[in-house]
Amino acid sequence: MSPRAAWRLESLGFAKVYDYVAGKLDWMAAGLPTEGTNAQRPRAGQVARADVPTCGLGEGLGAVRDRVRGQGWDAVVVVNDERVVLGLLRSKELAQDSGLTIEQAMRPGPSTFRPFVAIAEMARFMTEHDLDSSPITTSDGRLVGLLLRSDAVRESQTE
Amino acid sequence: MPVEIDRQEVRRLLERGAQLVEVLPSSEYDEDHLPGAVNVPLRRIDGQVAALLDQNRPVIVYCWDAA
Repeated sequence: MSPRAAWRLESLGFAKVYDYVAGKLDWMAAGLPTEGTNAQRPRAGQVARADVPTCGLGEGLGAVRDRVRGQGWDAVVVVNDERVVLGLLRSKELAQDSGLTIEQAMRPGPSTFRPFVAIAEMARFMTEHDLDSSPITTSDGRLVGLLLRSDAVRESQTE
Repeated sequence: MPVEIDRQEVRRLLERGAQLVEVLPSSEYDEDHLPGAVNVPLRRIDGQVAALLDQNRPVIVYCWDAA
């Protein structure tokens, strides 16, 4: 649709016309702000906990578990140097043999969700699929935070 | 000829005073739009648009996605 609009504007005499082809979806997936009636409704990216602990593939599970639990968490997100999500360890994975590496112990390629998804939708999905937590990422896979189901359900009930 | 741009270029152009135009129907614009965007649905782009927009400033159009 936007290419036709761009050409039409040009035909009307506009000399500097640009087409943001990836559009609103790309903007919102990057977690950037919007205006409108939905802007005040909580979304996954706002409720997700940005302080979730992270670790790298090569770390040892025992040390990571101690660190994570010492911070009061029972989950850790595996990221690379660009904060791209590579894996996830929830309580079940964290409870494995301390001698494993994170790469061996993690749940690889976890399902991720974009920051603009409505919190009510997230609460419903996480409840239906029995997910305690879900990583929220930008469209290029970078970690925004970890959304806890308990947070999602609570926020959705206050809408 | 219109130039295709990405998100980074959108932000750069906005800093330089570009105008943002969402060409989706007004119901979709009302729910969510980029900050500062005006709504001119595709079917309503005509000569009157020239009066709403500044022809001397860059114009960025967008819809939902590339599909």
